Amino acid sequence: MTEPILKVEGISKSFGAVQASKDVSLDLRMGEIHALIGPNGAGKSTLIAQITGGLVPDRGRVVFGGQDVTGLSTAARARLGMGRTFQISALAMEYTVLQNAVLGALGQRGGVFRFFRPVMKDAALLDAARAALAQVGLSDVAQVRTAELSHGQRRQLEVAVALTLRPRAFLMDEPMAGLGADGTQVLTKFLDELRAQAPILLVEHDMDAVFALADRISVLVYGEVIATGTVDQIRTNSLVREAYLGEEIAP
Amino acid sequence: MSAVLLIEQALNGLQFGVMLFLMGAGLTLIFGVMGLINLAHGSLYMVGAFAAAAVAGATGSFLLALVASLVAAAIAGVLVEVLVIRRLYDRDHLDQVLATFALILIFSEGTRWAFGSFPLFLDRPEWLAGTVMLPFGIEYSLYRLFIILVGLAVAAGLFWMIAYTRIGIQIRAGENDREMIGALGVNISALYTLVFALGAALAGFAGAMIGAIQSVQVGMGEPVLILAFVVIVIGGIGSIKGALVGALLVGLTDTLGRLLLPQFFELFMEPAAATSVGASLASMAIYILMAGVLLFKPSGLFGSTA
Amino acid sequence: MRRETTLNAALMAALLAFPLWAYAVDEPFLITLTTRAVVFAIAGVGLNFALGLGGLVSFGHAVFFGIGGYAMGILAFHAQSYTPIIDGWLVIEGTKSMPLIWLVAVIVSAIAALGLGALSLRTSGVYFIMITLAFAQMFYFFAISWPAYGGEDGLSIYVRNGLGGLNTMDPIQFYAICYTWLVVVLFFVYRAARSPFGLALSAARQNEARVQAVGQVPYRLYLVAYVISGAITGLAGALFADLNRFVSPTMFSWQTSGEIMVFVILGGVGRVFGPVAGAVLFILLEHVLGGLSAYWHVYLGAILLGVVLFARGGLFGLIAGREVAHD
Repeated sequence: MTEPILKVEGISKSFGAVQASKDVSLDLRMGEIHALIGPNGAGKSTLIAQITGGLVPDRGRVVFGGQDVTGLSTAARARLGMGRTFQISALAMEYTVLQNAVLGALGQRGGVFRFFRPVMKDAALLDAARAALAQVGLSDVAQVRTAELSHGQRRQLEVAVALTLRPRAFLMDEPMAGLGADGTQVLTKFLDELRAQAPILLVEHDMDAVFALADRISVLVYGEVIATGTVDQIRTNSLVREAYLGEEIAP
Repeated sequence: MSAVLLIEQALNGLQFGVMLFLMGAGLTLIFGVMGLINLAHGSLYMVGAFAAAAVAGATGSFLLALVASLVAAAIAGVLVEVLVIRRLYDRDHLDQVLATFALILIFSEGTRWAFGSFPLFLDRPEWLAGTVMLPFGIEYSLYRLFIILVGLAVAAGLFWMIAYTRIGIQIRAGENDREMIGALGVNISALYTLVFALGAALAGFAGAMIGAIQSVQVGMGEPVLILAFVVIVIGGIGSIKGALVGALLVGLTDTLGRLLLPQFFELFMEPAAATSVGASLASMAIYILMAGVLLFKPSGLFGSTA
Repeated sequence: MRRETTLNAALMAALLAFPLWAYAVDEPFLITLTTRAVVFAIAGVGLNFALGLGGLVSFGHAVFFGIGGYAMGILAFHAQSYTPIIDGWLVIEGTKSMPLIWLVAVIVSAIAALGLGALSLRTSGVYFIMITLAFAQMFYFFAISWPAYGGEDGLSIYVRNGLGGLNTMDPIQFYAICYTWLVVVLFFVYRAARSPFGLALSAARQNEARVQAVGQVPYRLYLVAYVISGAITGLAGALFADLNRFVSPTMFSWQTSGEIMVFVILGGVGRVFGPVAGAVLFILLEHVLGGLSAYWHVYLGAILLGVVLFARGGLFGLIAGREVAHD
């Protein structure tokens, strides 16, 4: 078996008396979708922030592509191939859809400190950006200002920008949030195919989507991973049922 | 250099710091509660000084002049808040900076139009003239001592108000969570006007107190305003305690820097060169202090890390 | 053509035609007035690079304006008094050559912007505004208390510095120099705004998390923008000093910082030509209102307040529509 692309090894993080992450370990293997679920306040956002570089863990380390990235900035991790999408769309709203995608392609290529060549006439960047937009189905709105996109389209654009980075792994923070049933269905199908391109660590509330997509699921409760396993294992895990689904175990 | 001179200058630094606190406290409250950066705070300082000078000139009473400074600055504060500032709470900082910069222009030129360009003088009263003997044979200006004591009393009153009164609770609630005070059933609009008027009154009061040491003139407020910015950057924006610590640090650094730096350079330079280098560096000392704090604590000594 | 483009063209044409007309009817004062507007416009274009593109609300750009001014003042002062600036094992002489003075002004301003920016950009928001204002005040007090170059009184330079075979004391020839610089600077900023750097910088202003997620470091983008911005404003300072043949600590004052910001706002933030319109409008107001009343700053304040409260796009926003185009 190949080495996992992403390994989280024994991460702990406290804010004052509140322990947001307790000795969390998980990994992301090539070709899989690994879903991270847990009730609100379980510490999913804190964990994602530590993986992507927004927060530094008190203990433990994050290994990405065989390299210890615990001390690296968000930007450096992105350059190593961590493609992330945000829970609340983080896009340059004044820009067109295409400009947002070019911004991603520029991040992948490097060379931002160039002051004279018009960036929107750079064929290589435009090709990469258009290819990503085509893949998520946003080609038709390439020239539309991002602020005018529908909520669902913004979620698609988030994924497209992550694609332009040609990431080695995706980290998706609730990509289904706020999507209607149709949108969720479309995105579910899309992610299903995307995993062949790069594995996905998926934080998601929508259980139908999680059960449909995930190869493995990790359950986070009070900052702790209480179980990791396949969909069936998680469905039948009594700890999970008790802690997460709030069900009493039958005597 | 004698210890007496050093202590005397330290007291001057304390006096300066206490006045900076009155300015900084208002700025930091207004920012903490309303999220507003107010460049026109120096104008309110000037309004207080002019009101005091005018009333002292008309009545001859220094105490009435101090009351007038509080009242005039508070009224100016309420007017400005209701007419202009209120529209700026939801705007970005750039808009706030520009609108309050425009207010400076209006206040300064309006005052120049009303009072002329020549400085006014606010005489300290006879009962505060002269010097007083402190322990260890230190002779110190009675008026400056008065400033220190009054300033510290106001500071104590402010801390008491914020810690124990209803309005203080509302202010602290507003600093922590703006939506919460709405939920508590507080009239936010009135609270904002009140906080702004309070800050204005403190600034006006400081202007009147300092006006009796320096001259009362247009443009007197902005240099103090910028120093008050340095104070709250050092202390941490939004923190009253930070404003106090920052103000005293800045007051002492500035005063003692002017005394000690030229003497320090005399150790290895010619006296004339040492004086000029020392004086130039002393004029920069508080900004260097600010830069130092920024290097280690970008959000100030008592600022939240967010 | 879009309305904004039309407006830009009209503005630049007017800035060419008006001084030529003033020259034809022999009104050198009007040429000098226009020169002031053009030099202020360059300073504003400098600030707008940081403010409009990068969202950096610097209330301390007088630092760079002043440094540019003193670069000219100090170099020319030593040249006219035939004293070297540094006289040791290394001898540095003053100069009356404009290109050399420009070079020094730009480099020193850029270095200052690098240092101040590196410190100030550790913070953001209100902190950044206050800190830039405070650092500018530091330079102001330093200029006042440093006696070697006139202290509070400033430095007078008898004759404008030289450029090739031009007679720089001739208002129209000096104007030509300043106008040329404005065109060069505008061209650079226009291109830079559309370059990879401009795309990333402007994106950082719109959403920092986004640019980090695509591998850019906002701090670096801001710092580079601040350095470029400071260098342009420094160049304007050198031209301003040459225009007046005088430098004083006033160039470092907070009022100067405020005025440079007013040029940007009156014209319209984030528009390449905004500061040009703003500076022209400012000079126009100063000339017209200043003729009406000695207290014209009251009216300027009222107009500025009106623009901020009710017409946020500035002059360009009123005429060319609210949206800033990104093509």
